[in-house]
Amino acid sequence: MIDWWVDGLLGLMMLWLAWQALSAADLLRAVAMFVTFGLLVAIAWIRLGAPDVAIAEAAIGAGLTGALLLITIRRMEDQRRSGSQEKRRAKAD
Amino acid sequence: MPRLIERFLPALTGTGAIALGALIAAALLRTPENDGVMARAALEALPDSGVGNPVTAVLLNFRAFDTLLEVAVLLLTLVAVWALDLRLPRTEALPASPVFSSLLRVSGPLLVVIAGYLLWVGASEPGGAFQAGAVLAGGCLLLRLAGRWNPGARFVRWAASTGLLVFLLSAVAMPALTGGLLQYPPALAGMWILLIETAATVSIAAILTALFVAREPEEPRP
Amino acid sequence: MMVTDFYALVGVGLFVMGLSALILRKRDLQRILGLNIMGTGVFMVLVTSALGQGQPADPVPHAMVLTGIVVAVSATAFALALSLARERHK
Repeated sequence: MIDWWVDGLLGLMMLWLAWQALSAADLLRAVAMFVTFGLLVAIAWIRLGAPDVAIAEAAIGAGLTGALLLITIRRMEDQRRSGSQEKRRAKAD
Repeated sequence: MPRLIERFLPALTGTGAIALGALIAAALLRTPENDGVMARAALEALPDSGVGNPVTAVLLNFRAFDTLLEVAVLLLTLVAVWALDLRLPRTEALPASPVFSSLLRVSGPLLVVIAGYLLWVGASEPGGAFQAGAVLAGGCLLLRLAGRWNPGARFVRWAASTGLLVFLLSAVAMPALTGGLLQYPPALAGMWILLIETAATVSIAAILTALFVAREPEEPRP
Repeated sequence: MMVTDFYALVGVGLFVMGLSALILRKRDLQRILGLNIMGTGVFMVLVTSALGQGQPADPVPHAMVLTGIVVAVSATAFALALSLARERHK
């Protein structure tokens, strides 16, 4: 049984959030959209009668993947900063 | 030639994607509905599986081999990430703040309890080893980010391999008990499943946390 | 059934969106996001295949998707570590 209000809104929001996540210019914004997308997907799993999958998606798909993406963004920035410091030091020698 | 492709790539990909989507959607809508044969077989065998949750029964009993391979894949991923030898800074602890310490004090124990609950209740309600392992990983990650936990190589390696070891050992022990690989004795199936799930939870938590940390822990000095 | 068809279509939409992002986007992280969204689309199609007319929910696709989510996160973790290693060696 479909409740067009709930399911339609959920489906459309999932598609919109995915589009936003994939077309964002700023990486942090993309990850934020992706985590929100993951939470909506967890709700969709409940609508589809899959509560086990919903718990796993919320914890792993949204939570852990989001954390991994965020820490990688920070590490890349740190690497770039220390990389440019090294180059400046090498040039100064 | 390459510059030409690059200029038209977005339009090309867009139309290609829409065409592919329409093709897959048409094929999907034509497939017959689930006739329930597999579902009925699984649900009929449920009382003999040792658990009451059909998804747990499928994961840990009917298709236990797939889950065994999945635990192996997790461990393999950890080994692969360690093999990359990323030289990350030694600690990435967050700066101490009252907000963070109160968060830690409340959510740390709470996450451990929730993980234990999810593991236990997975036998009859939605839950199970993977969900519990993920929640536990969240708790361990919080502790690590607070700088309050720095396990050495030996602890991490043992914690990560426990799941696979227990699963493998029970898999090869079964032929002696019942005559089939991964075929649990019906009376003790529930207990075996809980044992495997507990080891798997610890492993999943350790592996997910270690994947986040990404830097291989230091070897203990002799 | 209406609800399964709708979510299956959403799943297909997510799949092709992720695929386009994989092809078009330049940075590693955006491609990894695309890969994850492709995976989520496939999972959605799988879970909708578990529902049928008045049948109890088929647990086998749910188990497959559960396995898929865990493998997807480990693949993501490895892909991110690879992209960090690549940055270092540039």
